[in-house]
Amino acid sequence: MPILRIRGLTHYFGGLRAVHDFHLDLEPGELVGIIGPNGAGKTTVFNLITGVYRPTEGEIFFNGHNLVGKRPDQIVSLGIARTFQTIRLFKELTVLDNVRIAHFARTRYGVMSAMFRLPQYVREEAEIRERALELLDLMGLLEQANWVASSLPYGLQRRLEIARALATEPRLLLLDEPAAGMNPGEIADLMELIQWIRRRFDLTILLIEHQMRVVMGICERIKVLDFGETIAEGTPAEIQSNPRVIEAYLGEEAIA
Amino acid sequence: MKRPSFSFLTPVLTPVRVAYASLPFSVRRWTMPILLVLFFVVALLSPSFINLYWQQVLIYVGINIILTASLNLVNGYMGEFSVGHAGFMAVGAYVASILTVWVFPRWGLEAYIAYLFPIALLVGGLAAGLTGLVIAFPSFRTRGDYLAIVTLAWNMIVKSVLENIDAIGGPRGFMGMQKLTSVAWVYVWVVFTIYLLRNLVYSNFGRGTLSIREDEIASSLVSVDTRKVKITVFVVAAFFAGIAGGLFAHIIQFINPRSFSILKSTDVLVMVYLGGISSLGGSILGATVYTVLLELLRPLQVWRWVVGPLLLVLLMIFRPRGIMGMQEWPFLIPREERAERVAALMERIRGRREAFAATAPVGGSSD
Ligand SMILES: Nc1ncnc2c1ncn2[C@@H]1O[C@H](COP(=O)(O)OP(=O)(O)OP(=O)(O)O)[C@@H](O)[C@H]1O
Ligand SMILES: [Mg+2]
Repeated sequence: MPILRIRGLTHYFGGLRAVHDFHLDLEPGELVGIIGPNGAGKTTVFNLITGVYRPTEGEIFFNGHNLVGKRPDQIVSLGIARTFQTIRLFKELTVLDNVRIAHFARTRYGVMSAMFRLPQYVREEAEIRERALELLDLMGLLEQANWVASSLPYGLQRRLEIARALATEPRLLLLDEPAAGMNPGEIADLMELIQWIRRRFDLTILLIEHQMRVVMGICERIKVLDFGETIAEGTPAEIQSNPRVIEAYLGEEAIA
Repeated sequence: MKRPSFSFLTPVLTPVRVAYASLPFSVRRWTMPILLVLFFVVALLSPSFINLYWQQVLIYVGINIILTASLNLVNGYMGEFSVGHAGFMAVGAYVASILTVWVFPRWGLEAYIAYLFPIALLVGGLAAGLTGLVIAFPSFRTRGDYLAIVTLAWNMIVKSVLENIDAIGGPRGFMGMQKLTSVAWVYVWVVFTIYLLRNLVYSNFGRGTLSIREDEIASSLVSVDTRKVKITVFVVAAFFAGIAGGLFAHIIQFINPRSFSILKSTDVLVMVYLGGISSLGGSILGATVYTVLLELLRPLQVWRWVVGPLLLVLLMIFRPRGIMGMQEWPFLIPREERAERVAALMERIRGRREAFAATAPVGGSSD
């Protein structure tokens, strides 16, 4: 049974049809890529899945839960986490706090418990602190735990965004152009990292990426969007030889 | 944005700051507790050597600390713009006063009024918190200037409603309160307030609040129930404004709707932005400096009311984060959050790592 099931997803921004009749079945453990030229509607698909926008039409089911109409935080609690095309860390907070915030939904204590430092608060806070630091350690960010997020070098900010997403304990991870702005060396590390977290956290991953090297290198299946329409779907090899894809990308980027 | 600072103060402040910073942490952490204890001793002994006027100023400082720290939750930590804090103060002031002047005596409890005073304050605070809930619900459906407009309207509505209820004096005001607020009592409430707010700030709710200020969408996408956090924080802030209102009513012993006008709210805003956003220490500082400043400016008479709004505008332009924006006095940071504790925990985790040797590939070419 697919972990994520999208049917007939359509979204309009005013008169602009950003996504049209999008379908997707993700099997547990898959790593699927979405590619397409600028403005194709890729990020919009992520925003629809995570509840940032409510789709004009269509269904999104995650592990049997209907996601349409749910708030983003409810959707995250169900097990979907994401990163952003342009980094959206809590810049002025510490690395540790960035990760701790992502424990919100799994914390049970209430305001009174917090204000009076009742045992439940003390216990859960200690747990959060320890788990957040452990996760940072796993992700190679422990030494920077007390840094303000904005002071991290770019590559580590990307890494922290992934760590923060992982802190919500997702089953499905949505990565929106994780390699954007990286140099070839950093991209190689990133590809290794993505495959590592996928195994380590037993994740299903949906990945938007412009860097063909990344998509072709690690995705098992690829969907190609153009002007909101799905124009192709298949394995990396199939996509690379698809004439419609080559046409859509013509003059923009050679598919190597 | 490049902001001109109070650079003329630098030659004075820098050496002091450097000297202070060079003290070991074990010394620095005692600075505030010692100051506080001194303060309490002074407060308790004050009737014998501080004149009534300065006792009053001390009390106003305390009340303003409560108002400022609580508003800082909403305007500083959360980054929203609430401008009606005096409205909640009014609710607390009137409710507490009605209790001590009418209700308790009618129940034959006049003799115990001093002991019942904290209860009157709490009920006033709860009433203010309840009105806060009513305001927060519709206001936080969307983000932005909506809250500013709603709270502005709220402040004006409270004032005109109070002016039109004759039973509690209408525009003439309400009196008959005993002078139950003493320097010592006020500072018990100040410590209580700061302690509770500090605990809140260093919890899930506090971090959630800060994350909303930084990026609300990202916040909800890492599982923060932003609406719940916003409403909770707003209600807590209103509650403490109500407490401050009750304390205020029982020191001046006469309240009227004009005491809780937009001007009063503006004063609180000035204290928040002067002391520094997202900083309880900043609020203590801002409230103290501004309250004393206003007292010293008494000779200016009516003109001193220009100081507040003017200072607010200048602050927002030149130093929007205030003196201690986003910084905290070490003593206001919970023990387990302090650098050395976190470092110890990190060390333990590092020690454990060897056993698993399973960290993510870091790669040599990044950064
Ligand atoms: N909030 C919005 N309001 C109006 N139009 C929007 C909004 N968000 C996206 N769009 C439009 O919808 C279309 C799809 O945008 P989207 O961001 O999904 O593209 P994308 O495939 O992610 O492109 P890119 O590769 O540049 O990130 C674009 O034409 C864009 O201008
Ligand atoms: Mg995009």
